[in-house]
Amino acid sequence: MVRRIDAIEKVTGAAIYAEDIFLPDMIYAVPLFAPHPHAKIISIDTAKAKVVRGVVGIFTASDVPGELRTGGVVQDHYIFAKDVTRYSGDVVAMIAAETLEAAREARDKVDIKFEPLPALFSPVDAMKPGAPKIHPERENNICCHYPVRHGDTDAGFKKSDKIIEREYKTQHVEHAYLEPEGCVAIANADGSVTVRGGMQHPFTAQKFTARATGLPVNKVQIIQTTLGGGFGGKDDTISIICARAAIITLKTKRPVKIIYTREESVRESYKRHPFHVKFKAGVTKDGKLQALEANIVADAGAYCSTSPFVIWRPTVQCTGPYIYPNVKCDSYAVYTNNTFTGAMRGFGSPQINFAIESFIDELAAEINADPIEFRRKNFFTQGCTTHTGQKFDNHKVAIAEVVNAALEKFDWNEKFGKCSRGAPDANGNYYGIGMACSYRGVSLGHEGKDFCAAIIKITPDAKVELEVGVAENCQGLKTVMANICAKELGVEVEKIIYKDVDTLSVPDSCPTVASRGTLVGGNAVIDAVRQIKEKMAPVAKNIGAHSSFEDIVSACHSMNIELHALGTWQGPPVSWEETTGQGNAYFTYVYGCQVVELEVEGKSGKVRVKKMLGAHDMGKAINPEMAKGQIFGGMVMGMGFGLKEEIIHKEGVIQNLNFDKYRIVTSAEVPEMEALIVENRDPAGPWGAKALGEPVNELMGGAIANALYYATGVRFRETPIKAETIRTALSLRRSISD
Amino acid sequence: MRLKINGKNRTVKCPLDKRLLDLLREDLRLTGTKEGCGEGECGACSVVLNGEAVNSCLILVGQLNDGDEILTVEGLEKTPLGKKIQKSFMKAGAVQCGFCTPGMLMAAYALLKKNKKPKKSEIEDGIAGNLCRCTGYKKIVEAIAMCTK
Ligand code: FES
Ligand code: FES
Repeated sequence: MVRRIDAIEKVTGAAIYAEDIFLPDMIYAVPLFAPHPHAKIISIDTAKAKVVRGVVGIFTASDVPGELRTGGVVQDHYIFAKDVTRYSGDVVAMIAAETLEAAREARDKVDIKFEPLPALFSPVDAMKPGAPKIHPERENNICCHYPVRHGDTDAGFKKSDKIIEREYKTQHVEHAYLEPEGCVAIANADGSVTVRGGMQHPFTAQKFTARATGLPVNKVQIIQTTLGGGFGGKDDTISIICARAAIITLKTKRPVKIIYTREESVRESYKRHPFHVKFKAGVTKDGKLQALEANIVADAGAYCSTSPFVIWRPTVQCTGPYIYPNVKCDSYAVYTNNTFTGAMRGFGSPQINFAIESFIDELAAEINADPIEFRRKNFFTQGCTTHTGQKFDNHKVAIAEVVNAALEKFDWNEKFGKCSRGAPDANGNYYGIGMACSYRGVSLGHEGKDFCAAIIKITPDAKVELEVGVAENCQGLKTVMANICAKELGVEVEKIIYKDVDTLSVPDSCPTVASRGTLVGGNAVIDAVRQIKEKMAPVAKNIGAHSSFEDIVSACHSMNIELHALGTWQGPPVSWEETTGQGNAYFTYVYGCQVVELEVEGKSGKVRVKKMLGAHDMGKAINPEMAKGQIFGGMVMGMGFGLKEEIIHKEGVIQNLNFDKYRIVTSAEVPEMEALIVENRDPAGPWGAKALGEPVNELMGGAIANALYYATGVRFRETPIKAETIRTALSLRRSISD
Repeated sequence: MRLKINGKNRTVKCPLDKRLLDLLREDLRLTGTKEGCGEGECGACSVVLNGEAVNSCLILVGQLNDGDEILTVEGLEKTPLGKKIQKSFMKAGAVQCGFCTPGMLMAAYALLKKNKKPKKSEIEDGIAGNLCRCTGYKKIVEAIAMCTK
């Protein structure tokens, strides 16, 4: 078994997270938030705050030396609100002081005069013609739109015996990484700045910080500290916080520490996009799907962030792993005055898969078909062409394989017969099982350029220094990279010294998102090792076949052969035609299936999840135990999405800012779990490996909705499916039948 | 005030309304103990106080008594049980981002001190006050179960 190389410092308390950095002469800064989600700022009076003992400075939009607006895709995000606030998490000022207490005390004394503006809290309202514009420079509130046109849906509906329409909705979800945002910035003597902090993608932080400070990129050094969870959530917000910290340290010439409280973190940071999905599908009597029309509207909140990518992925995957010969899909992300939304584990797929997999079961029910048989009839097959016109012939199309593996292991057939289907047992309780399956594009696809670099340096004492451009996002990336490197070089993993990403050392390798870390990082490492081996080979030949790694290294050293290599990897080509949504969206795909067994207490509507199983084709599991850990963690997070978690906005203001009201799944609720690893090695992956982190988080919502249907006979079309909702539905049904 | 922290006698001087968490992290630089919520909901700040796992973000220095014994993650290595728990967390793969880990270890320590052979459900309840977003808890529960053998 391969152990995590970073576990030891984490169990001894030695690992350094952002909050653990203490420097001499350091000051603390806290954010002052918008007084209203959409308002005109008339004045900011800091006189009373400035005289609080210990206050060093108060910083607002007018203190930004570089660009005030930032963003990865569209630069519409104000790092300090200027003139107007657009959501309740907008930061109007940062207050820096000798102590945290002084900074907070001063914050309470800043007086902001403002005038509320008409605000938009629903994407539907925001899309209406004539709605007030959230970003005046834009034509309307539509942040982005992706169409797909494939075949002729009217013709498909004509061929169908049944046409069914349904709507599904999902909620705002908080990443709930256990470590809130934090960083420490230091102004260096040469005018450059160094920021250490917990970010998923140091290169975004570097770009944002350079843009805001006006410094050239090579004067901004970002060093990643141990990251206390990310799940897609530690990109934009933390990068903006780094930029603010840099501005303050450059002005004050003192080290600046910003550590968010949980409430500050939940208030400012982006969430998972809520989706409103409308489906219309046609199917023949014998269970063949003919046409699909999909309309997806997502709430982007106040800023664009990664919305285009988060909307594009579910557009590409809107059919699920099923062949529809005719498809028309339109997806939109829309600006509102809610908290902005962005990347979160899955990138739009937990939402769309909840809808797709609920809908498939509903379609099966409409034509009295078995949900599994119905799926099998329509599954993607080897060599099939999807609704984006991509032919699936370069990888193993394993959807049937993962579903079969999962169901067999779960005793599906036997358990499915036992479902209550709306008839409670003697105690008034219900029993049900449900499943969901998916296909998923690996890495960024057409979202971005797919590049990664790795540096290997072998020191004269035969230690191997490894640095990879993708960052540890807690998924065990370092361990996987170190293992690939060790095995390829033929040395023990203990020899590898892993260097955390330093933006001034390794080339920008695009974000560690989209579950791409293993694939792109692994390939870059393999390329670097190949170069090193080429340098070593002639020397090894000279000094004899039985010489050890150490001998060869020292021989190279004495011959002045430098064992140093920059490995790179560039993703295979992808394509996309924007107006028709046709193209080879991703260069390869993974397949997964999750199954759940649950009980519902009739009286209270409480759900007890009894068992969850995940079967995932990840190409190859480089570290099977860590892979299983990802599957368990992903399923539990998916369970929270399906049953519990929801950020509640009231007039744009978040009502549940901490864990007392935002409830995530606890150890007492976790059911028995099983993980099945399916391996169909992919030609593009290192040792055949593909991806895992996100596929495991995109299925449980749909599986739970389906299980609740086979238990209670009621179809729930909105997440989270809370006990109150279930109780109300059941008592309504009782009163109708009485 | 005299406290026994990780087996060592220490005299501390600080305002009585300081949180125990800040005393440990800021004054004593025992930064292994983490802050995840500041309101007693996540358990990242758990330490063992006189044998009980407590949330150090909820305890003020003024509530402590002379001679109180506090064990933090930094002191685990020096106790046989602590060492065993640390090893099984590594072995079971119970550590991902690690932010919940110190608190989990301390909750496990207090649990196993009182109950040498807890059942699975007792382990699950024993750490129910400690949130983990990464692991789904399964491997954490397995790690604690490994210590009962
Ligand atoms: S920080 Fe103390 S319980 Fe969360
Ligand atoms: S390991 Fe990340 S919160 Fe538990």
